[in-house]
Amino acid sequence: MIQTDICIVGAGPVGLFAVFEAGLLKMRCHLIDALPQVGGQLSEIYPKKPIYDIPGFPEILAADLITNLMKQIEPFKPTFTLGERVDSFVRNEDGTMIVTTSEGTQVSCRALVIAAGLGCFEPRKPEVKDLEKFEGKGINYMILDPEKYRGKRVVLAGGGDSALDWAIHLSEICGELSLVHRSETFRGAPDSAAKVFELAQSGKLNLILNSNVTAVSGNGHLEAVTITNNQQENSEIFVDNFIPLFGLTPKLGPIAEWGLNIDKNAIVVNVEDYSTNIPAVYAIGDINTYPGKLKLILCGFHEAALMAQSAFRHVYPNQKLSFKYTTVNGVNAF
Amino acid sequence: MKDLIEVIVTGRDGETRTIQIPTGISLSLMEVLKGEGYPILATCGGMALCATCHVQVIKGYESLHQPEDQEWAMLDSLPDYTPLSRLSCQLKIDESMDGMEFRLMGEDNI
Repeated sequence: MIQTDICIVGAGPVGLFAVFEAGLLKMRCHLIDALPQVGGQLSEIYPKKPIYDIPGFPEILAADLITNLMKQIEPFKPTFTLGERVDSFVRNEDGTMIVTTSEGTQVSCRALVIAAGLGCFEPRKPEVKDLEKFEGKGINYMILDPEKYRGKRVVLAGGGDSALDWAIHLSEICGELSLVHRSETFRGAPDSAAKVFELAQSGKLNLILNSNVTAVSGNGHLEAVTITNNQQENSEIFVDNFIPLFGLTPKLGPIAEWGLNIDKNAIVVNVEDYSTNIPAVYAIGDINTYPGKLKLILCGFHEAALMAQSAFRHVYPNQKLSFKYTTVNGVNAF
Repeated sequence: MKDLIEVIVTGRDGETRTIQIPTGISLSLMEVLKGEGYPILATCGGMALCATCHVQVIKGYESLHQPEDQEWAMLDSLPDYTPLSRLSCQLKIDESMDGMEFRLMGEDNI
């Protein structure tokens, strides 16, 4: 089991900066994020977009802000569990909490900080009947290990960048690969689109345009998908795997079931220290709400600082907190 | 010039409302819909990068400007895309929207 002082759920900008504020008070942090990389929305949704309201930076690219934050927290040696969703936590008699992820990873901590932004990013699912029935039994929404599809008959659906990129990659691996797209053009990355048309011409990819996957069937495991074209004509393809690739959408997820006070998908906090109604559990950044709340990164940074001061008494119940400035002491002295 | 326009909006719950919008407010349709209390996440804040403000333009589609590349790329990735789909964050409120009808697409995340 991973041992830490503070377990932070969400490795977006606010979760990352919380490591810094905790570090100044000699508290070590472990971060968990459902995405395979740090940075949250900034890395997943808009890495190349400039942000103009970070104090001290007239303009900074989202990806660069994350790189800088990672550098800033390095002295405090945070540890990470990425690509796993936090599912539950229990409290021991001594006050420590055990956090468990979707993959069974466990983290023991004295304070739990939810910095989960809009929740965890989950795949957007097409509206196809019985889709859920075959999840994990032939239907997946993410490709974690492409080798799993070697020699298999696979149908991909979608027209965005990830559908194109995976179609190109899997064309070398699958036994039989089809890409179903609802229109006849791809408006994303033109290079990838050209490559996909090339693969289709050379017979390495079965490109099915102006069509949608409208039904799935099988006996326990997925066996076939039905494809309907714009003329409403149906055809059936026998497959081993169907992978809809329609991007990600944020969901609050299991956190909603923890007994936290929730208002419109946000966690209600005490503005004194951003604590929740559950002792030693805090919520900072876009996931929380209070009168006057603004969903700004800079507000999240402020919340992280106040949270750390308060979490100190859970981590070091017998010590007095002495506030120090980094300008006086430097960072390594903390 | 009109100071106030009206658009008709059908929410994800199927309820239809007429909304009055001042034309000089320099907001996108997404921002107006959020202000009206519709459950739109607007994760990306209006950069055509998250599609949580996806709408179907039931009336007046042809009078809108064409989507830019980023909006097209995002629309292409949506499982519930229709030929009348737009991202409401890319639609600036102006007089030409008077009388248009929109339906909120996607799912409630709020």
